Amino acid sequence: MAEVTKLIHKYLRHEKKFPHVWCPGCGNGIVLGALIRAIDRTGFTKDEIVLVSGIGCSGRLSVYVDFNTLHTTHGRALTFATGVKLANPKLQVIVVMGDGDATAIGGNHFIHAARRNLNLTAIIINNNIYGMTGGQYSPTTPYGAISATSLYGNLEHAFSIAELAVTAGAAWVGRSTVYHATHLDQLMEQAIVKRGFAVVEVISHCHTLYGRKNKLGGPVEMMEWQKQVAVKIEKARTMTPEELEGKITIGVLTDRDLPIYTQELRRVREAARVALGEKSSQ
Amino acid sequence: MAKKTAAAKRVGMEVSIAVSYAVQLARAEAIAAYPITPQTHIVEHLSSLVANGELDAEFVNVESEHSAISTCIGMSAAGARTYTATSSQGLALMNEILYIVSAMRFPIVMTVANRALSAPLSIWNDHSDIMGARDIGWIQVFVENGQEAFDHSVMAFKIAENHEVLLPIIVNLDGFILSHVVEALEMVDQATVDKFLPPYVPLHRLDPRNPVTMGAFALPEIYTEVKMNHQVTLTKSYDHILKVWDEWGKLTGRQYHPVERYRTEDAKILLLIMGSLAEVAEIAVDEMRDQGLPVGLLKLRMWRPFPFKDLRDAVNGAELLIVCDRALSLGGVGGPVMSEVRSALYPMAQKPATLGYIIGLGGRDVNPGNIKDIVARAQQEASQGPQEEFHLYGVRG
Repeated sequence: MAEVTKLIHKYLRHEKKFPHVWCPGCGNGIVLGALIRAIDRTGFTKDEIVLVSGIGCSGRLSVYVDFNTLHTTHGRALTFATGVKLANPKLQVIVVMGDGDATAIGGNHFIHAARRNLNLTAIIINNNIYGMTGGQYSPTTPYGAISATSLYGNLEHAFSIAELAVTAGAAWVGRSTVYHATHLDQLMEQAIVKRGFAVVEVISHCHTLYGRKNKLGGPVEMMEWQKQVAVKIEKARTMTPEELEGKITIGVLTDRDLPIYTQELRRVREAARVALGEKSSQ
Repeated sequence: MAKKTAAAKRVGMEVSIAVSYAVQLARAEAIAAYPITPQTHIVEHLSSLVANGELDAEFVNVESEHSAISTCIGMSAAGARTYTATSSQGLALMNEILYIVSAMRFPIVMTVANRALSAPLSIWNDHSDIMGARDIGWIQVFVENGQEAFDHSVMAFKIAENHEVLLPIIVNLDGFILSHVVEALEMVDQATVDKFLPPYVPLHRLDPRNPVTMGAFALPEIYTEVKMNHQVTLTKSYDHILKVWDEWGKLTGRQYHPVERYRTEDAKILLLIMGSLAEVAEIAVDEMRDQGLPVGLLKLRMWRPFPFKDLRDAVNGAELLIVCDRALSLGGVGGPVMSEVRSALYPMAQKPATLGYIIGLGGRDVNPGNIKDIVARAQQEASQGPQEEFHLYGVRG
């Protein structure tokens, strides 16, 4: 049996939930593949993993895997995950969201989760559009781009999700694309084993809506574009802002050891117990 | 059909697009929304009308429904004719703000493409979303087909903006079953709508030349009086709603009533349904009438303010009333509409036995045969005395 088939048999609910709902050529399948390969390498058992997802095309990802899964509402995946992690910190909680989920309706949760620094892994598939509802502009739709609600060009400016996560205080932030599948595998693995709030922004493509409306071609052309604009972060640091215009930096944007919320909570409890104990013994 | 005076053009059109044209004809000035299935086509089309310059309005696709309705408050507070649309989880997310819209008397018009609430996740049609927003203090109407969706979307602005009313309105239309079908309907031309619906003149608005305070705090000494004011206004809006419906009836030949009747003459058995399923029930009623069964159909169009008198008049003489709900009040009486209807009829000396059947949850199909089966079951139940508080029709297990 081929290695990929073994993984499919091990991790995917291939006899129950397939065929999936994603369009042929969608990047979500690459993200799903990267995720199960990364989990396989980390050595976590299937039952140690909780995969939490929101609403949108990415929300279906949790349906297809044989982990503990929690399919939540639009934008709230991180809050459900926060509860899971606090109640049972032994669980390895991975949250999959889309750009709408994580940076529009759930944008507040995203920045606060980054700031709080629980040991969670957040994977954000950024396809620049609300795909499932028919291609309305999202917070990552580029300025001037065409969408179902911006027929003559988007007037708003896009978030840079990974940079937002860094600024909001995430312990680890990485970015890759669905074209760079091997690189994506590595980032996913690092994000899962990282202690603290780890974010992987995955640049993907919605050729069905975003690509078609903006005449960017099919999945092949859009992935070629990902290849062309991607610059490794190490190289990007040697480039001028002008040279970086229109480029997407990929790699690990930040990796820092920050106090983790659950550890901090234990520390405060210990300190309080000691203080109260000292008080009562006086 | 009443005589009509307005020029009309009959077209085939998706109902969502027809609603967006109604909003355009009403010259909405400000629109904020967030994408949610199955409401999206309405707002998408409006966004293109705005971008094309065909509708002179502000448009923004914000970051959530909570933001959408909050933005609408800002738009309305600044004096703009304001519109939005949503569904299901979106309406639920708006909930905090919905009460504020009505209590602060902003005449916002909203289309709700009715859809089931999670969990389990469902994108399909029922009325659980709007029944969760029953007590928000808005005027609420239900439509049965694309024509009604178009008509009520225009009329809503005129009702809402009347200075005696100044209340927001929800026009409920069944998600997918109405929102995504192409129907033949009569559009009304711009000149007619302009004559029918004058520009919005706010009674109060945020204006630097005449500063006002909005959203003030209420101490216990005044809170109850504010609620009473809202209650009286909403109840009295009934008269204004009927005036507007009458005026539209004269213009278009399409006359609407709080409780619509279908073949109710001499009916001993009445069905009561809200929304698009009424058209299915009409087929069933025709077939049962052909078989000699004295059955008729009531369609509850006006949900808020609740049309107590119309309902009591409409059931007069009937022996059995079967209320078909599209939502379930869990752990309670079953159907929220049945509950309110039975309560409304309670003071009547002679009233029909009222039985509740809950149908079509989460998009489950209901056909004329089901309606006939419900009538047969209800007749049997009525003759034996009710065995259960309500029936979840067709449920397995």
